[in-house]
Amino acid sequence: MIIEHCLVCFSEMMPQMGWTTLFSKEESSYMCTECYAKFEKIEGETCKSCGRPLVEIEPQFKAGNRCLDCIRWEEDHEWAGTLERNHSLVHYNDFAKEVIARFKYRGDYLLSYLFVPLIKKKLQLISFDAIVPIPLSEDRLYERGFNQSEAIILACGYQPNNLLTRIHSEKQSKKSRSERIHLSQVFQTKINIPNKKILLIDDIYTTGSTLRHAAKVLKEAGAQSITSLTIARG
Amino acid sequence: MLDDLVIPLEEIQEHYENGCLIYRKGISIEKNKPICNRCGNKNKHFFAHFPCARCGEQCLYCRKCIMMGRISACTPLISWTGPPAQIDINRSQLSWNGSLSEGQQAASERVVQAINENKELLIWAVCGAGKTEVLFQGIDAALTAGKRVCLATPRTDVVLELTPRLKSVFPNIQVASLYGGSEDRHLNASLTITTTHQLLRFYQAFDTVILDEVDAFPYSVEESLQYAVHQARKQSSSMIYLTATPNEKWQTECLQGKKDFATIPARYHRHPLPMPHFQWCGNWEKGLKKNRLPPTIVQWVKKRLDSNKQCLLFIPKIDKMEKILPLIRSLHPKIEAVHAEDPNRKEKVIAMRNKEIPVLLTTTILERGVTFPNIDVAVLGAEDRIFTESALVQIAGRVGRSAQFPSGEITFFHYGKTNAMIRAKNQILKMNEEARKKGLIDY
Ligand SMILES: [Zn+2]
Ligand SMILES: [Zn+2]
Ligand SMILES: [Zn+2]
Ligand SMILES: [Zn+2]
Repeated sequence: MIIEHCLVCFSEMMPQMGWTTLFSKEESSYMCTECYAKFEKIEGETCKSCGRPLVEIEPQFKAGNRCLDCIRWEEDHEWAGTLERNHSLVHYNDFAKEVIARFKYRGDYLLSYLFVPLIKKKLQLISFDAIVPIPLSEDRLYERGFNQSEAIILACGYQPNNLLTRIHSEKQSKKSRSERIHLSQVFQTKINIPNKKILLIDDIYTTGSTLRHAAKVLKEAGAQSITSLTIARG
Repeated sequence: MLDDLVIPLEEIQEHYENGCLIYRKGISIEKNKPICNRCGNKNKHFFAHFPCARCGEQCLYCRKCIMMGRISACTPLISWTGPPAQIDINRSQLSWNGSLSEGQQAASERVVQAINENKELLIWAVCGAGKTEVLFQGIDAALTAGKRVCLATPRTDVVLELTPRLKSVFPNIQVASLYGGSEDRHLNASLTITTTHQLLRFYQAFDTVILDEVDAFPYSVEESLQYAVHQARKQSSSMIYLTATPNEKWQTECLQGKKDFATIPARYHRHPLPMPHFQWCGNWEKGLKKNRLPPTIVQWVKKRLDSNKQCLLFIPKIDKMEKILPLIRSLHPKIEAVHAEDPNRKEKVIAMRNKEIPVLLTTTILERGVTFPNIDVAVLGAEDRIFTESALVQIAGRVGRSAQFPSGEITFFHYGKTNAMIRAKNQILKMNEEARKKGLIDY
């Protein structure tokens, strides 16, 4: 695919611009320097469970190299060890919010390519046997026309492994954090996947409960470990 | 778009069978090239394919108007072509006790005529003439004739301001208010107030389209909006353009008689428009590099500070404004600056209105829409390209708006007069002359 216009702002891109070398050479870039600069990249030391930058967390909300949220998850027997670790690429700032909403809710499919170079770079550090998308309910899928998590996987050149299906659909966003966490299981899987290393892909990590629910089901189906990668970290 | 409708599908089907609705393809192919039927996009860069869960194919969609929801090859566009929601026809819907100035009355009669005869008309009303009131009788005439009316403006804040105003003068009709993020989805309201962007939702829907601020418009620039206006009108319909400052092309067409127009050359309070004063200020940009402000500017600001008169100072660029602010603050610590991306924009405008700020530096963001009752205005660097004729007329129009303080000074500080400056001054001069001739000015 040859991209002549920035996928975000449509401005024409000069292919000779030097910053593209930030990405691996053969990868074309999908956005202009201005738009790229508006995303705040996650760098430095992060919580070893959820990928949140440690510098941003007040001292009373972290212990060692984990954030309090993750410590709480790990202290809970039901959830301990389900999700090994999460990686996120950028902060969920206003710009990221806008772009992700356009991708997911307005349905601008092409934006799934936006982070391909950064995702591929990250994937080199993760070992996995299968990439699994977070499924959408049928209604949601019809409404949006595509599954954003699958779109990202396809854009990166991988085949999504649809191991998970949704049991029932409920508007998660309308629920509080504890309601979301205590929601009975929303995903199921029909196959056993002994000793497989699974990578989950989603657009945002907010409370981490969606990814943990997915991870729990996969773990129960025999998976060895589950890691996740999201574009933004809320 | 089908997804936007709040009406059940069966009802849509019924309307369709009655001929009140028509379906169109969202994207059609002409000469092997796709065209988006909502926004008119033909540029291949703004189309993309996606694996569509609805039709199961690689479905083509338009990225140009994506913010209004995705239009793809399998999306039908629905248009309402039936009558508007029933209103008590033949009875005036207008509930307004105000009165029109002589100039407004004359223009108002022309609007009524154009609407009744399905014609096009440009209303050229000076800043502060009171153009909204001029529309009331025309809108009423359209409504009583069972017509659907659309009032479109480029800015969301204008939609927000006009909606309650029009709802209060037309209390018994359905008014739809559309802007990015609004919930209103009435298909068939008698009166629709919308941003020009949302106009893209409509197809041959209106008997009367009123287009506000045609000059501020991306309209003259943006092809897709021209397309939208065209698509939104019924084949036989009237079109009213409103502007304080038509561009050169429109002015010429008016003078040559190619465009039907009516002027309101005087303000509602019957005082003349303040005339801009040109003042050379040297190479101010060079001075700025050495942290120096032109002495003429410093004097001008000092004089206003001493006499406690608030003022606006327009600056062509943000980076220049940021250099000027600390320099000018040495005259008064409460001087502020505002620009389009300033998160505190609203707060600063309110503080200015509350007289907590003596001098406000601004980019062209405050060029229109905002009114402060008793101010002087200056432009620094009036020669800059950003200050077009219409921008300068609008800026001059900030002065002397209120009846209590109908005068004030407007100065263009420049490093070389431009055509735009001269044309702006002439435009204001001509309007004052015309107003005097017609007896619309008392002072
Ligand atoms: Zn861009
Ligand atoms: Zn954490
Ligand atoms: Zn379009
Ligand atoms: Zn489709």
